[in-house]
Amino acid sequence: MIASHYNYWIAVVLLMIGLYVVMSHSNTIKKLIGLNVFQVAVFMLYISLGKIEGGTAPIVDAAFTVYSHPLPHVLILTAIVVGVATTALGLALVVRIHEAYGTTDEDEALIADRREAERT
Amino acid sequence: MTALFDALMQNPAVALWIAPLIPLAAAASSALLGGRRNLREGITVTAGVISAALAVALWPHAEAGLRVTLWDWLPGLTLAFELEPLGLLFATVASVLWPITSVYAAGYLRGNDEQHQSRFFACFALAIAAAIGIAFSANLITLFICYELLTLSTWPLVTHKGNADARKGGRTYLLILIGTSVGLLLPAIIWTYVLSGTTAFRSGGILAGQAGNATLTVLYALFLFGIGKAALMPFHRWLPAAMVAPTPVSALLHAVAVVKAGVFTVMKVSIYTFGLDTIRSSGAGELMMWVAALTMLTTAAIALTQDNLKARLAYSTISQLAYITLGAALAVKTAVLEGALHIATHAVGKITLFFCAGAIYTAAHKTRVSELDGMGMRMPYTFAAFTLASMSIVGLPPLAGSWDKLLLMEGALDAGFPLMMGVLMLGSLLSLGYLLPIPIRAFFRPAPGAASDDRVITDFPDGDPPPRPVPMQEAPLACVVPLCITAVTCVAMFFLEDRLIAPLARVLEGP
Amino acid sequence: MIAHLPILQVALPLLAAPLCVLLRSARAAWWIYLLASVAAFGSALLLASSVATHGPLHYAVGNWAPPFGIAYVIDAANAFVLVLVSGIAVATAIYAPRSIAAEIDPQRVYLYYACLCLCLTGLLGIVATGDAFNVFVFLEISSLSSYALIALGKRRQALLAAFRYLVMGTLGGTFVLIGIGLAYAVTGTLNMADLAQRLPALYGNRTLTAAVGFVSVGLAIKAAVFPLHAWLPSAYAEAPSAAGVFLSATGTKVAIYAFLRFAFGIFGAGLVFGHLPMSALILIVGTAAMLAGAAIACYQDDLKRILAWSSVGQIGYIVVGLGLASQQGLSAAFLHISAHALIKGGLFATAGIVALRLGTTRIDALAGLARSAPAVFVALLLGGLGLIGVPLTAGFVSKWALVMALIEADQWAVIAAVLLSSLLALVYVGRIIEVAWFREPPLLADTAQPSTPAPMALAMWGLVGVSLVAGVYAAPLSRAATAAAAALLGTAP
Repeated sequence: MIASHYNYWIAVVLLMIGLYVVMSHSNTIKKLIGLNVFQVAVFMLYISLGKIEGGTAPIVDAAFTVYSHPLPHVLILTAIVVGVATTALGLALVVRIHEAYGTTDEDEALIADRREAERT
Repeated sequence: MTALFDALMQNPAVALWIAPLIPLAAAASSALLGGRRNLREGITVTAGVISAALAVALWPHAEAGLRVTLWDWLPGLTLAFELEPLGLLFATVASVLWPITSVYAAGYLRGNDEQHQSRFFACFALAIAAAIGIAFSANLITLFICYELLTLSTWPLVTHKGNADARKGGRTYLLILIGTSVGLLLPAIIWTYVLSGTTAFRSGGILAGQAGNATLTVLYALFLFGIGKAALMPFHRWLPAAMVAPTPVSALLHAVAVVKAGVFTVMKVSIYTFGLDTIRSSGAGELMMWVAALTMLTTAAIALTQDNLKARLAYSTISQLAYITLGAALAVKTAVLEGALHIATHAVGKITLFFCAGAIYTAAHKTRVSELDGMGMRMPYTFAAFTLASMSIVGLPPLAGSWDKLLLMEGALDAGFPLMMGVLMLGSLLSLGYLLPIPIRAFFRPAPGAASDDRVITDFPDGDPPPRPVPMQEAPLACVVPLCITAVTCVAMFFLEDRLIAPLARVLEGP
Repeated sequence: MIAHLPILQVALPLLAAPLCVLLRSARAAWWIYLLASVAAFGSALLLASSVATHGPLHYAVGNWAPPFGIAYVIDAANAFVLVLVSGIAVATAIYAPRSIAAEIDPQRVYLYYACLCLCLTGLLGIVATGDAFNVFVFLEISSLSSYALIALGKRRQALLAAFRYLVMGTLGGTFVLIGIGLAYAVTGTLNMADLAQRLPALYGNRTLTAAVGFVSVGLAIKAAVFPLHAWLPSAYAEAPSAAGVFLSATGTKVAIYAFLRFAFGIFGAGLVFGHLPMSALILIVGTAAMLAGAAIACYQDDLKRILAWSSVGQIGYIVVGLGLASQQGLSAAFLHISAHALIKGGLFATAGIVALRLGTTRIDALAGLARSAPAVFVALLLGGLGLIGVPLTAGFVSKWALVMALIEADQWAVIAAVLLSSLLALVYVGRIIEVAWFREPPLLADTAQPSTPAPMALAMWGLVGVSLVAGVYAAPLSRAATAAAAALLGTAP
C-alpha cells in the first residue's frame, strides 16, 4: 500500500521540504528556491497521475494500445510556464531589493526600514 | 405664501414629508453660502420660523393617524413617517426652539468671534432635521436611522473649538452615544423584530404576549440603556463631556434636540412598542424605574458640587431626564403624560438656563458659579430669566414645570409606588439646592472687589440700596432677546399645558 | 455577437497587454487600457442583461465541446462579479494617469498599463471560465501582474511587500493547483459542470476531502482571509495609488468568488457544508477576521494602512455570509462584495488624492484637510460612514442583509461580533475624520497644495457616488445579489 503509492510520498516529501525552506529562510533567493521545490512537487504529482503502467507516450501508433494520459502533461506544461514566470518575477524583485537595500535578506531589509522610520 | 401654506394644510401628509426637508434645505444652503453671514443666518431663521409654523399648524391633525411611506428600502425595512400626538409635541418643541436658538447662536458666535460658523449652522440645521425625523418616525428602523444621523450631525458641533479638549470631549460623546446605540439599542430593535415580526409603532404596543416576562424585562432594559441620549446612569458621561461645546450647542444638546430625542424615544418605545399594559403586567418597568430614580438623585447630588456653571446645568439635565424615563417606566397614564409634558417644559426651561450661561460668558467671560457674585445688577434681564427658568425646572407654580411634577407624583401613587413620592420630593429639594443659589448669589451677594473700592455697596446692612447702581452690561441683543422669550414662555406654558397633552391623553385612553 | 462576448471580454485586455508593451508610450498605453476596460465593462453589462432575460450563457472556446474543450459559462452570479470588476477597471482607467504621473517613473508607465491589462484579464477570466484548471491559470495571471503592479510603488518598502505577496500568493496558487489535481484524479474531468455531476457519488472519498482542503486554503490565501492575511496590508498600502484602487476593490473579491464557485458549483454545498464542518470553520475564521482586522486598523498611523487593515476585517463579513451557505447568507455576501468594492475603491482613490496633494498619507499630515480640500474630505467622510455601516450607505445595506441572514441561522454570537466590529470601525474612521476635520494644521504647513486633478476627482466621486446610490436605492443591487446567490445554489428559476 505504502510502497505502491511511492509517487505520492515523493510529492509529499518534496512539498514539505519546499514549504520548510520558504518558511525558515529569510534570504529571498533561498525562499525562491524553496518555492520552486514546492511547485515541482506538484508537477511530479500531476505527471505521475497520468502514467499508466506499461503505457507509452501518447502518440498514436499501431504498435501500441496502452498510452499514458496526455492531459496532465499539457496541464503541467502550463503550470511550469506559470512557475517560470513566478521565479523570473521573484528574481527580478530580488535584484531590485538588492539595489534598494544592499542586501537580499528580508530580515535585514526590514531592520533597515525600521531604522529609517526611527530616524524620521 | 399663505395660500401655499393653506394648500399644504389641506394635505397634511405632504406636510409630514416637508417638515424635515426644510431644515435639510437650510443645512445645504448654510454649507453652500459659506462666508455670507447675514444671508446664511437670515435663511436659517426664516426656515426655522416656517418649520415652527408648520409644526403648530399640524396640531389639528394630531389624531388623524396620518402615515406616509417614504421608501420601501429593503425587504423588512420600510422608512415611514407617521403623525401622532407625542411625536408632534416633540417636533413642535424642536422646531419652535430652532429659530430662537439660531438668533441666539448668531449673536453668540459673532460676540465670541468663533471660527467655522458655516459648519456650525449647517450641522445645527441637520440636527434639527434629524430630530424632526425622529419625532415623525413610524417604525423603529426609521427612528434608529434618524437617531444615528442626529449623533453624527452633532459631533462636529461638540468638537467645534478643535482644540485637544474639544476633540477629547467629542470622542467621548461619539463613543458613548454610538456605542450604546449600536451595542444595545440595535440588538434590542433586532430582537423586537424577531419576536414580533414588525418594528412599527402601534397604539397598545406590539410585544404583548410575544415573550415571557423575563425576556421583556431584559429587552426593556436593553432599550432604555441603549438609548444613550436619555443619559441613564452609567451611560450619562457624554453629557458633561459635551460641555466643551459652544453654549448654543449645549442648548441644542440639552434642551432642544439630543437629550429630548433620547427621552422621546424612551417614551415612544414604552407606549408604542411595549405598550403601557405590557410594561406593567410583565414588571419590565420596575427595574428601570429604580435605575431612573437612582440616576435622578445621584446626578442631582453631583450637580450640587459643581462649580462650573455649564457642568452644573449638565448634571441637572441628566437628573431631569430621569424624571421622564421614570414617568415612562411607571407606565401609568398620568406618569406618561408627565413625561410628555416634561419634554416640553424642561426644554423651554433648560434652554433658557443655557442661553443665560452663554450670555454671561459672552458679556463677562465668566464660567464659574463662584464668580457670579453681584452679577445680577450688571445683567438684570439675564438673571431674571435665569430665576424664572430655575423655578420652572424645580417645579414651583405658577411656572410650566409645576404641573408635571404634580402629575408624576400622582402617577407614582397610581402605579402603586408611594415610596417614589419620597424620591421625587428629595429630587425636587436637590434641584432647588443646585439651581436657586445661582440667582441668589448674583442678586444679593456683593461683587468681588467692589468691597475694596466701592464701600457704598458693602455698607447697607439696614439702609437703602446704594444710590449709584452698577452699570448694566448685558450680552448682545441677539443673545438677550431669545432668552427673554423662552423665559416668558415658561410662564405662558403654565396656562397652556392642558392643550399640549390633551391629544396624547386621548390616545392613551384609546380603544 | 452576444454569443461571443464571454471570451471577447477576457481576450480583449489580454491582447491589449502586449500592445501596450509594443507601443512603449504612456499615452498610447493608457488609451489601450481605457478602451479595453470600457469594452470589458460594456460586454459585462450586455452579458448581465442577457443572462437576466435569457438565462445562463454557455460558450465553448474554439468550438471544442465541453467537457473536452474549455467552456465559459456566464450566469447571474458571475455576471454580477464581471460587471463589478470591469466597472472598477474603468474607474481606475479614469483615475490612473494623473496619479501615476506623480508616483511612477515615466519610463515605466506603459508597463504599468500592461500589467493592469493582464490583471484585468486574469480577474475576468477567473470569473467567466467554466473550467477548473483555467481558474488556476487566470489566478496566476492576475496574481503575477499584481505583484508587478505593487512593486511599482514609490517607496522601497513596496519591493518587499511585493516579494512577500509573491511568496504567499504562489503558495496559495499552488495549493489550488494541488486541489484541482486531486479532484481531477478522482473524476477525470476538469469541466466544472462535469465535475459537479460526478462528485456527489464520491462524497466521503478521502482524496476529495483533501482536494476541498487544498482549494479552500489556497483561495483563502489569495482572498487574505484571516489568519492568512499577512501579505495584504503592506501590499495594498505600498502599491501605487492607482493600483491600490483596482486591487483593493477587486483582487480579494474575485478570490472569494472563486471559492464560492468551487464550493457551490463544483464540490457542491452538500460536500463542503454538509459532509465537512466547513460552515463552522468559516464562521469562526470570518468572525475572527472582522474583529482582528478592525481592531488592528485602530492602531495604524497611515491612512492607506488603516484602509488595508479594514479590508482584512471587511473580508470577514463576506466570509461569514458565505459560511452560512444559505440563500440569504450568500446574497449578503454578494451585497458586501459589491458594497465593499465600491466603498474601499472610493476610499483608496481618496487616499491617492491625499497622497498627491500632501505627499504623504500619514494620519498626522491630514490635519486641516477639511478646509484645504473639502471635496476630498467629504468623500473620505462618506466612504468612512459606509465602512462603519451607517444607514443610507451601501455598507448598511449589506450589513443589514448579513444580520438578517445570521438571525435566520440563529448565530447570535456572530451578530454580536458584527456589531462590535462596526464599533471598532467607528473608532478607526473617527480617528481619520477627527484629525482631518478638527485638528488645526501646523502653522508651517505648506500652503501650496496641488489641486485635485479633475479625472481623479471624477473617479473618486464615481465610486463613492455609486456606493451611496446603492445604499439609498438598494432594491436593484439587492435583487441582483439575490439572483446571484440563487444561481450559485442552483435554485434559480
